[in-house]
Amino acid sequence: MADDRDREGAEIAVAEFHKKIKEAFEVFDHESNNTVDVREIGTIIRSLGCCPSEGELHDLIAEVEEEEPTGYIRFEKFLPVMTEVLLERRYRPIPEDTLHRAFEVLDPAKRGFLSKEELIKYMTEEGEPFSQEEMEEMLSAAIDPESNSIHYKDYITMMVIDEN
Amino acid sequence: MGSGTSTQHHFAFQNAEKAFKAAVLIQRWYRRYMARLEMRRHCTWSIFQSIEYAGQQDQVKLHNFFSYLVDHFTPNNHNERDFLNRMFTEERSPQDSEMESCRDYESIEVPDSYTGPRLSFPLLPDHATALVEAFRVKQRLHARYVLNLLYEARKHLVQLPNINRVSTCYSEEITVCGDLHGQLDDLIFIFYKNGLPSPERAYVFNGDFVDRGKDSVEILMVLFAFMLVYPKEFHLNRGNHEDHMVNLRYGFTKEVMHKYKTHGKKILKLLQDVFCWLPLATLVDEKVLILHGGVSDMTDLEFLAKLDRHKIVSTMRCKTRKEDKKQAEEKGKANQTSSAGTPSPWFLPQSHSLPTLPLCPSTQKAHRAGRSSSVPCRVPLDPKELSHWVRHSVDLELERCRQQAGFPELKEKEEPLPLASEADPEAEGRREPTQEEWSQVVDILWSDPMAQEGCKANTIRGGGCYFGPNVTERLLQKYNLQFLIRSHECKPEGYEFCHSRKVLTIFSASNYYEVGSNRGAYVKLGPALTPHIVQFQANKATHTLTMRQRISRVGESALRALREKLFAHSSDLLVEFKKHDKDKTALLSSQLYHNQETQ
Repeated sequence: MADDRDREGAEIAVAEFHKKIKEAFEVFDHESNNTVDVREIGTIIRSLGCCPSEGELHDLIAEVEEEEPTGYIRFEKFLPVMTEVLLERRYRPIPEDTLHRAFEVLDPAKRGFLSKEELIKYMTEEGEPFSQEEMEEMLSAAIDPESNSIHYKDYITMMVIDEN
Repeated sequence: MGSGTSTQHHFAFQNAEKAFKAAVLIQRWYRRYMARLEMRRHCTWSIFQSIEYAGQQDQVKLHNFFSYLVDHFTPNNHNERDFLNRMFTEERSPQDSEMESCRDYESIEVPDSYTGPRLSFPLLPDHATALVEAFRVKQRLHARYVLNLLYEARKHLVQLPNINRVSTCYSEEITVCGDLHGQLDDLIFIFYKNGLPSPERAYVFNGDFVDRGKDSVEILMVLFAFMLVYPKEFHLNRGNHEDHMVNLRYGFTKEVMHKYKTHGKKILKLLQDVFCWLPLATLVDEKVLILHGGVSDMTDLEFLAKLDRHKIVSTMRCKTRKEDKKQAEEKGKANQTSSAGTPSPWFLPQSHSLPTLPLCPSTQKAHRAGRSSSVPCRVPLDPKELSHWVRHSVDLELERCRQQAGFPELKEKEEPLPLASEADPEAEGRREPTQEEWSQVVDILWSDPMAQEGCKANTIRGGGCYFGPNVTERLLQKYNLQFLIRSHECKPEGYEFCHSRKVLTIFSASNYYEVGSNRGAYVKLGPALTPHIVQFQANKATHTLTMRQRISRVGESALRALREKLFAHSSDLLVEFKKHDKDKTALLSSQLYHNQETQ
């Protein structure tokens, strides 16, 4: 009995996921031929609720690419892989307090803020570096122009509200 | 000692590792945030574009419907049919006598209290510049000068060929601008940034000067003024919105009547004529073809160059001259093989614009831009048979109504089928275009490029077609051209290349859907005609908004527009939902998607 219900539950979940994946995919399927440019895959995956790192993203892309990469990803290959990802709840988003602690690691003196230069240094030299464009975009929203610094607790709160 | 430094090293290493991990975490999170914004932006764009095109499609459909009614539900005789025609169309181009009456702007008095710009003809460059300045400070041009300017503009336009040939050997540079749609700020910005028109600075404005924005009149005045001042360097192409029927729906007519309460009608009448005298295309150095919409696989530049463009009063209603039977038959055969023949009217059973078709399983995906696959099994119904069938059922219905109303039974003759012999060929020939002429012009003004090869009817817009890279290639080769510049579609960056950079879309109305929705752009053709794009966004506010804020503003605006549409059609939607019709437009799927996103 319980097994049946479990299976049914899983089936419903899979159907739901398929629908979501298809809709997200279609937004970028400009030629209506069930393919998207590989450069849009990151956006699609992230919009489905996942939060992979760049490295994890590259691994995923390798899984869905053709044997001979064409620059396009086909829906038929993408769907099963993505469904698996969603079912396994891989690449879960980062909770607010974890994010806060990450900022605090970069701010060992616990001042509550990072200077603009520090932020730039960390984001463009550490981890999986930002591009110039990404850095500028983040700065435009994060930096308090008067103090030329980012008060990360407020910043996080603002971004989280914005998302919801 | 050794252990001390190694612990220090260990610490340092651990700290570095922690910093690395922390950075990755932040970057990961931030990238996800941006991806969601990007997705929202795409959905928002789809919503706006779908609403825009659906509106156009509506209008075209309505017109097709009425045209069809008039053509097929024809009453018994000539007179009644003419009466119906007159009822539905006001678009006969003004006769010469009417044109004369427009000259009586001279009798319009301009009061001394008028502080706006005064024009005298022939116009001088300073006058045109002064006009721009006057509009910039929100002055309004008196109706007398509007009419005068339009009258002079018409005189000039009449002399121009359908395809305007321009050479860059006289001016050093040539700038091509796309849709402006009544957004005067953008025009002023372009002149400010790129410089005013001059003998050294040629301009081509590629249609859609009016509708939607609030300063269509002023834009026209400026464009016509410069055209008169620099006739060799300043060029205008007709767009699908340079059309009095389209203007009725999209705001220009209203704007004119609002700004010119007394003389508005006269202005509109003259404008109607001026619009159909606008050239259809501009050809630069015999190499770069500039036209508003696009091309089709039937586009014939020689044919377009020779037709009387003045006869195409509106691309909405096609009251065409009836070709003789033989021509029609040949055309019919040709249309069967060509994939881009005029789509059969949407309300007929075999039309592929209907959402559900029992005959054809492969149709219809709910899709943004509605690239509905062409219907392979569509069989063009013989127009005669259809006409008979329709007329028969109408006759039955009419008979029933008459009996109910108590009228005596009428002895009706079987009406002969519409043939050229019926109509007065001379009278009609003078005024009406042929089907071929009409559809060639519609293709030029309404078509959009698509990524797939081929050419199919543009069901989203309701007119023109979607043309693929092979169509472009064939046309460029046939006429030995380098590339195509067109407008007609709003693009987020104000421009877009496609078809291996053989087609450039240029759109000059920034913030078209909403503040922050898109940039405007213009293109300069340098030596060897290499395109150089310049982008802009004529709104100080947008520069200070972050992308996040821009997208959320635009997103809200899109949702508002969508909500209004849904509310207006809620009863229809209920019916559709009940039918479990999954093939509804992309509008819904985007919105559902967005709902899921925000949940």
